[in-house]
Amino acid sequence: MNDSFLVDLLAHAVLYGTPLLFAALGELLAERSGVLNLGVEGMMLLGAVMGFWAVQSLDAPSGVSLAVAVGVAALAGAATALIHAFLVITLRASQIVSGLALTIFAGALGLSSYLGNDLNLAGVPADASFQNLDLFGLADAPVLGPIVFGQNALVYASWICVVSVALYLVRTRPGLNVRAVGESPAAADAMGINVGAYRYAHTLAGGALAGIGGACFSLAITPQWVDGLTRGAGWIAIALVIFAFWRPDLCLVGAYFFGAFSYLPFALESRGVAQDVPSEIFDSLPYVMTIVVLVIVSTGFAKRRLGAPAALGLPYVREER
Amino acid sequence: MRIERRLEQPRWLLVAVPAGSIVFSFALMAVILVATGHDPGSTYRRLFEAAFTADGALTSTFVFATPIVFTGLAAAAAFRMQLFNIGGEGQFYLGAIAAVGIALWLGDQGVTSTPLFVLAMCLCGAAAGAAWAAIPGVLRAFFKTNEIITSLMLNYVAGLLLTYLIIDSFSYWRDTETFEGRTFPLGKSIPEDAWWPTAMLDIAGGVLLPLGFGIAVGLAVVIWFLYSRTRFGFELQVIGDSQRTARYAGMRLRRKIVAVMCLSGAIAGLGGASFEGDFAHQLDPTGLQASYYGYTGIVVAALARYNPLAVLPVGFLFGGLLNAGFTLQGADFPSGLVGVMQGIILFCALGGELLIRYRVRIGRGVRGPAPAAETAS
Repeated sequence: MNDSFLVDLLAHAVLYGTPLLFAALGELLAERSGVLNLGVEGMMLLGAVMGFWAVQSLDAPSGVSLAVAVGVAALAGAATALIHAFLVITLRASQIVSGLALTIFAGALGLSSYLGNDLNLAGVPADASFQNLDLFGLADAPVLGPIVFGQNALVYASWICVVSVALYLVRTRPGLNVRAVGESPAAADAMGINVGAYRYAHTLAGGALAGIGGACFSLAITPQWVDGLTRGAGWIAIALVIFAFWRPDLCLVGAYFFGAFSYLPFALESRGVAQDVPSEIFDSLPYVMTIVVLVIVSTGFAKRRLGAPAALGLPYVREER
Repeated sequence: MRIERRLEQPRWLLVAVPAGSIVFSFALMAVILVATGHDPGSTYRRLFEAAFTADGALTSTFVFATPIVFTGLAAAAAFRMQLFNIGGEGQFYLGAIAAVGIALWLGDQGVTSTPLFVLAMCLCGAAAGAAWAAIPGVLRAFFKTNEIITSLMLNYVAGLLLTYLIIDSFSYWRDTETFEGRTFPLGKSIPEDAWWPTAMLDIAGGVLLPLGFGIAVGLAVVIWFLYSRTRFGFELQVIGDSQRTARYAGMRLRRKIVAVMCLSGAIAGLGGASFEGDFAHQLDPTGLQASYYGYTGIVVAALARYNPLAVLPVGFLFGGLLNAGFTLQGADFPSGLVGVMQGIILFCALGGELLIRYRVRIGRGVRGPAPAAETAS
């Protein structure tokens, strides 16, 4: 039963959705504070290359080196996000153009490619990678086993992240402040909240999560580094935040939905199904589905703009409000 | 230190800030080079030589600059109206596919007239680019779907279409006749009559100027005229500045959004046609995708501050950068360096916008005599 097409697809949907989930949660944090960061793809690619580099250069037990690698990936993502934060928060630059610049700077053909080639990481097998666990010995249980109990540690970490982000935003004082900053920075400022500091902190946190998301590719899904290995996942993550109406729990659902579409070509290929259909049709599904879902969401909810922070994308200048 | 909004932007700043940001970004890049164990002095010297002074360097700089000028114009045309068409990359591919398709077809019909080939390739390339851009345009106009994400997603789809046409199928575009074509997946070559003519310039030992660059210069002037001297352009500026004002004034928003997206896509598609007619002469997925012409065009347009005329010199400069990056690529000049430089230049240009829009005063709130710009209001 666990070899059936559906169980295999769902189990891999979780695996392939995990980088999307991390990145989308990060973007959600940044956007909730009012900062739109279109550089997710770039931050993910840098996280992927730096995480892989850490694993290759550390001479430690694989558990330790993997933990350090995730930390390095998070730092790389946060450092990249710092550029964006400085440009849009301190220098009041256009958030859209700055985010694009971040992707061009860090993405394929940019810094991630430069570092990967300069550190000779291409085409090398990973020294360590995240393996599927066997939680409570239930990994072989029918249906739920491979989907829920047999995933790798990053998947479980992402679940903890979803719960923490959800609780943080709704149940804590700083979370309330973030939402205030994203909805009405002027009111937040009048309340004595430091708008700039909140925006910096959440943009950096978003970058760190995007970096971890990138590391999911190079340390778990395909444990190696190739140029541009995220193939647009960062952009899908940005779209995910919109589908999820800026809510962490819905991010999880959306991430696995798109994870399933990312894995579908491999699933069909390995089973020899639908071989007369060009594989490009299935490869393009995640991108086409992103457009389709985005259209559905924007037609149904455009009037109410459910969930979008009111000050998203706008710089806050105290003197000009 | 205090930051105040400028009421008037001095003209010299509009040139000085982008120029200064290029200089500043070279300094920042030097830091990265030193940090990764490279010598910035010799890297920059070799970069400059490979781009502009070496034998034949200018000719190949034009080869790289021509597609970038097209995609830069495409981005500038859309971004000016705050319509963020990131899909220049895909529209460029579609233009190339259509141009090669029509050239092959006309060749099969026995056509030998080069002007006819050029005209047909331009028209089909532009139409295909416009059609591809119309998808995010229509979605944006009628469903308010975020055009940034939709146009970007279509880039990946266009890339897969290229792979399908040449590598994964025996399409009309693929060479199945020649020996090389049967050994590797290759695009069919278009007839030599369809190769776009070049002009020989008698400077620096002879520089070949592709026809595409000439078309791009003409197009830049046309777009500049359209945006700054016509009613259509004026309405676009108003829509870009404030959609609400535009609606109150009775401007047709949806129509303009679709029109501008199609215009932008047509320019990018024309770039694809020029890439095929001028240089590639066959549909080559790796060649088309190798330089990210579409994304580079966005950097060029931003640095040109979305001014079509300024896209020309900036595009030429970036053509030199890409050319040098490809010529020098190797162990001591890793790929990716060019993208890093582009990103840093764009960051500096964005940061420099602050200096254009705001005045930075040093000193604690001491007000001197009010400057002319402020009293003028």
